[in-house]
This record gives sequence, C-alpha cells and structure tokens, in this order.
Amino acid sequence: MLQRYSPEAFFDEMFTPDGEVRPHYRRFQQCFAPLARDEFDQKRQAVDLAFLRQGITFNVYGDSQGAERIFPFDLVPRIIPAREWELLERGLVQRITALNLFLHDIYHDQRILKDGVIPPMYVLSGKHFRREFINFNVPKDIYIHVCGSDLIRGDDGRYLVLEDNARCPSGVSYVLENRGAMKRTFPTMFEQVGVQPVEHYPQELLRMLQHLAPAGVADPTVVLLTPGAYNSAYFEHTYLARQMGIEIVEGRDLVVRDSRVYMRTTQGLQPVHVIYRRIDDDFIDPTVFRRDSMLGVPGLVNAYRSGNVSLANSIGTGIADDKVMYYFVPRMIRYYLDQEPLIDNVPTYLANEEADRKYILENLSKLVVKAANESGGYGMLMGPKASSAEIEEFRKKIESDPRNYIAQPMISLSRHPTHISEGEFEGRHVDLRPFILYGEKIVIVPGGLTRVALRKGSLVVNSSQGGGSKDTWVLYGDE
Amino acid sequence: MLSRVANCLYWMSRHTERAENIARLVDTNLQLLLDFRNLDEERVSQHWLPIVQATGDEAAFFQLHPKATGESVTEFLIFQQENPNSLVQSICQARENARMVRDQITFELWEELNRLYLFVTSPEARHVWRRSPSHFFEQIKASSLQMIGITYATLLHNQGWHFTQIGKFLERADKTSRILDVRHQTLPERGAPSAISQAEALEWSAVLRSCSAWDAYKSIHGAEVHPKPVTEFLLFNEDFPRSVRFCAGELNTALRRISGVAEGRFVNDAEKLAGRLLAELQFSTVDEIFSRGLHRYLDELQLKLNSIGDALFSSYFFLSFAGFDEEQFVQQEEQQQQIRP
Repeated sequence: MLQRYSPEAFFDEMFTPDGEVRPHYRRFQQCFAPLARDEFDQKRQAVDLAFLRQGITFNVYGDSQGAERIFPFDLVPRIIPAREWELLERGLVQRITALNLFLHDIYHDQRILKDGVIPPMYVLSGKHFRREFINFNVPKDIYIHVCGSDLIRGDDGRYLVLEDNARCPSGVSYVLENRGAMKRTFPTMFEQVGVQPVEHYPQELLRMLQHLAPAGVADPTVVLLTPGAYNSAYFEHTYLARQMGIEIVEGRDLVVRDSRVYMRTTQGLQPVHVIYRRIDDDFIDPTVFRRDSMLGVPGLVNAYRSGNVSLANSIGTGIADDKVMYYFVPRMIRYYLDQEPLIDNVPTYLANEEADRKYILENLSKLVVKAANESGGYGMLMGPKASSAEIEEFRKKIESDPRNYIAQPMISLSRHPTHISEGEFEGRHVDLRPFILYGEKIVIVPGGLTRVALRKGSLVVNSSQGGGSKDTWVLYGDE
Repeated sequence: MLSRVANCLYWMSRHTERAENIARLVDTNLQLLLDFRNLDEERVSQHWLPIVQATGDEAAFFQLHPKATGESVTEFLIFQQENPNSLVQSICQARENARMVRDQITFELWEELNRLYLFVTSPEARHVWRRSPSHFFEQIKASSLQMIGITYATLLHNQGWHFTQIGKFLERADKTSRILDVRHQTLPERGAPSAISQAEALEWSAVLRSCSAWDAYKSIHGAEVHPKPVTEFLLFNEDFPRSVRFCAGELNTALRRISGVAEGRFVNDAEKLAGRLLAELQFSTVDEIFSRGLHRYLDELQLKLNSIGDALFSSYFFLSFAGFDEEQFVQQEEQQQQIRP
C-alpha cells in the first residue's frame, strides 16, 4: 500500500517533501504497507456497508428520495504526535477561555468595548448579539459549553484556527463511530501504534451537563433538545442521547408551567433541569425570539431566566461565531489573559474597515470571502476558483453590507494520503475539528473530526459539498 | 416515557406486524392458485378481490387499478408507493418511526429493521420477487420474526416494550379477523355453513396458512377443514398466539402493566374497551356468531379494535400532538443551521 504515492508540492501530513514517512506515521505504515490490495478493498466495503446498515447517515436537504447518505469514510487515519497535540490542546483551552470571558464581558460591563479594544459597533450590530440577556448571569458563568473550532495547516505545516463554532457544532458522533469502525477493521494496529482513546466523550459531556444543574437539584434530569428527525444532524442527536442515557426531546415534548420546564410523558409531566439544546437561539422560544417557531418551547426563556433550567450552550453565544468577532479573538486573548495566542488566526481582512475593504475589492480574485454568519460552506466566495460573474456578485454584496463580510487569503490546506479507487492513493486536503467541553474543567478528547475534501484539488471539506472524514489518532508518544 | 416516544414505538411495532401479515396473506394465496387449473379472468378476480377487500383498502385499489388480477393485487399490496399500507410502505413507516426513537431501541433491533428497509427499497427486492415470490416473502417473514425475537430478548421490558406489544397485538388481532373474513362470500349470511367442496376446503386451509395456523390447527382439530372450527380456532383459541382472543388477552395485560391498574377495573377508555372485548371473546361461542353472521361479527370486531386504538391515542399520545402543522414543522427542522461537519 502507498508505494506509488507522491506528496507533490503540498504540505503532506504523512510524508516529508522528499517522500520519507514522517516519524509519527512510521508504525502505522509498518502495519499498513504489507496489506494486499484486495484485502484493503474488502475492508473498505465492509466498513461502508456497516455504516449504511447502522444508519450512520446525514440528511441532504431538498432531496426527498434517498435523502440519507453515509458520510464517506476514509480508512487511512490522520495521526498527530503527542507533543503536537499538547500544544493544540493548550491553544484551544486558551481560546475557549478567552471567548467565554469575552461573552461574559459583553453581556455585563462591556469593558473590552469601553477600553476600545474592539469597536463597539461590531458587537452591537452582530446578528446573534442578544441584548435581552445583558446583565443576565448564566449558570456557573459558562457560555460556551461545547465548542468545535476548525483547525487547518498551511504550506509550512503551522496550525491555524479557521473558525470557532460556539453554537451547536456537530460531528462528534462521527469521531466516535469512525473510531469504532477502525477498531473493527484494524484491531491489531491500535496496540502497535499506541492511540489515545476517545470513547469517554459521552461521559464527559454528561458530566459537564450535570455540572450545570440549577442550585439545589441533586439528581438533575438532563435532556437533549433536537429540532427533530428531519434535521441533518438527527443521527448525532440520537447517538449522543443514547450514549449518555438521557431522553431526546422535541420542543413539543416540553411544556413550561410556573417558569419550570416539564416533559410530557405517559405518566404525566416530569421536571427537566438541564437542556442540551441543538436548536438555534432564534427557534428556542416563540414568545421571545421567532414567533413562528414550532420547534421551540413557549416560556422556556422565562424558565431559564428564573434559574430553574440550564441550557447548553447558553443563549447569546452566536455572537462569538460571527466571523467578524473571529478577527478579534487574538485581541481578546491578549486583553483578558495577557497572553500571546498559542494558535494563530488565518490573516483576515474586515470589509468594514476602509483600508481592508479597498484591499479586498482590488484582490477579490485572490481571496476567500465569507459572510459573517453563514456556515457549512455556504455564503462563500473562493476567489481563485470563481467565475467573474460570481466575483462581481460578491463585490456588490460587500459594498452594500460591509459589516457582514470578511476576506482571507486562500490557504492551501495540508494534504493527506486518501484512498481514491482500487487501492490507489492520492493527497487530499484535510482540516481538523476538535471538540472542547467546558464544565467544571475544560476537557478535549484527543483528536477530533478530520474532514477531507474528496474531490481532487478541492479545498471544501463540508459534508454537504463532497467532504468525507477520517479517524484521527493522537499518539501516546511522538513516534 | 415521552408520549411521542410511546407513539413511535407503538407504530414501529404495528407497521412491522402489518408487513408480515401482508407477506403471509399474499404468499399463501399465490401458492393456492397453483392448486387450481384453467382459471378464467372472472375466477381470478373472484380469488384476488376478497384479498384486497380484506385489507380494507378496496377504494384506494380501484383508483389505481381497473381490475383485480394477480399482478395488480400483488403490486398494490407489496410495492405500491401510493398505498400507505403496502408491504414496502409499512416497512418504510416502521423504520421512520424507529429512526425517531433511535435512542430508545437497541442497536440490534435498529440494524435488523434498517437492513430490511434497505432490502425492500432496493432494486434487488423486485428481482428477488420476480425470480421467486416465496423466497421474497420468506425474507420478510424471517426478518419480522427475528425482530420480534430481538425485541423480546434485547429491549428492556418496561413501558416502551409494553407499547410495542400493544401495537403488535392490536395489528395482529385486526389482521387475523380480516384474513378470516376473506372467504365470507362463500358463507350464508346467517346460520351455520353446510358441508364444503374440496376446492373450498383448500381455500379455508389457505386462510389458516395465512395466519401461520396450519400446524396448530391440525394438532387440535385434525386435518379436516371446515369454516366452523377454523373460525373457532382463529377467534377463540386461548393458546394460539395469533387468535383474536389471545391478542386481546396480551393487549389487556400490556395496558394494565402500563397503568398498574388491577384486572376488573379501568382508569381510561383504552383499558375499558380492551377489557370489555376480552370478556366478550371469553364468553362467546362460535354458534352464536354464525347465527348472527360471521361477516357482520367481524366487521364489528374491527370497529372495536379501531376504537381501542383511538382511545389509546387520547389516553397516552394526544398531549404531544395538539395543534400541529406538520409541513411548517418539517421546514423549520431542516432550516436549523447546525454547524455541521
């Protein structure tokens, strides 16, 4: 396996530019290289079939027939040596700590705005800034309980943060299922390579959620609130609920009486204390946010404000997801922690700043432009790959609404050997989404979701746009 | 247990049972046809039409097909997408309900149901069906029985399990009564049936086979088949797990296990109606039924079973469904911007 592989002119996770296997991939390669091609093919088919049978699928919107697809899974794992992971871990802890202090600050004293570190306009005009929650104290002062920051590596192999997902990041179920599949497929490899486990994620998540329980509740009832079976992440919702042994509820299963939340059961109403909600702020309570929401629970916000129920993540974290706020995260780290960021941002230009805007508009064909509040690879212009019509469309958008656009240079993501067909491997671009849990302490399960852009040359790793995933191995050692 | 979850478990189980019953009904009747020679169009129609009638979907059938032939009836009962009660659609609905409560059922059950779903919705299913219908039905029946076993052996026998039992036995009682009704046109409207021809005997044994009752029936009544003992067996036998009485007994037990109410009392309409039905089945005789007319009796029986289903809905499931606009709901679920991988 992998004899004829060439890293070409990219930073390759597994091979050095002159084609040597990097030290932390050597043990893996010793197990992988002797595999026969048809043996590999059999294993690959068995894994795909198992995913399909188990219904490990995601929904594709606007596709009524065969709406479920499996998320393509590549059998070559992405490997991270222990030393590298420790650095990433410290960098992510630093980042979520600063983001959390930032959220607490802007919903209370707004010191960072008063001190002129962030122009107030950017926060106050944020689409997801919830002024209704100013001076509200969230349980234990934690805003972002679950965070999924996307990391990439550029030409020089340095890790960069691409974005912070502080609302309802999904994908962790694939981390767990991918690991299960790899263990079934290559049982002996794990022992020989020495891979740190990820299976404790559901317990850590549950522990974090229980930690949030309102004061005086000794044995809290925790539930997962899902938008429902038609949501793209529904598989993940049921998976996590099952792993944690908690109820999965829809909005219509909950009811608020006297500012307390109950679920409707066959035995009548039963109290609920902590809600891991996978519904956006906008939909969570029709009496406060979107009135037409049928997914939410009327009165839920009131119960939350009364301290009778806790929510994870807290209401109002969406402002930290705003891509304009991303620009300011290094400043937050310096301001609140008096530290230098351990993991850098991708260089970013704000369309609302005169000089930046001029630069952006002059260099649209070289830049990646992103809308401030879109995700999943939508609302994006990849300048070097766009047609002139698309570029002109974005030019107009930026000029009419500069607050809501940022631009970044096109980063050539690192590549990883990936199976293409019949035992042939080629380099494909990858990123990494670690999942950070913020409860009594901050916990990150080693690794995260490695997403891979399966189309040749593509830099878009999103599942909706031809992305797949890999198991991510964090080693016990460095080799 | 959440009301919505209870409702899904109930329907998951009910739809699976429905699919299995259709498989047996069609399989037996296809095999029965092999015993007759030189059937003209009229005879063929006489054979298949009652089967459509037995499912209660006669009107829907004639909207899609001009006449009842082997081909149109099997298509309607097995693959037809427009027929919500066709075998394939029943499995789709069972699986959709299971998907909604994926966290409540075991991995083993989900995997088997999902496997069956992937099979019946694949092009392979039609190939298998064309090559050998009995092989096709074999697979459906085996899978359904396997799921019953998995449910019994892996699910916690708590409330959720009782709701699956209710779904299964309500559906089974209904289907047994409908299969028994298939040959009612050969019977006098009232009064006991007289001796029957050999061809009719074959048809009545097909009724038994459609309920997987052939072996059990023989062990009690011997090889002689006559409408009266067949009716007695399928309605009143205490020990046969597909008889209406047996189903009503299990139904009654499951309802009481959920509420904890003792035998002879009730706290909701579902318990009242189920208890009443069971008592009636326990204290009736087949002669009384024939003197009133079997078809009429079975019609009423099906209405009673329906009203138990309705009562169950308002006693346990209704809360989560009040005032609900499904289309808008689905749209919003999809819109949720999950920051997805």
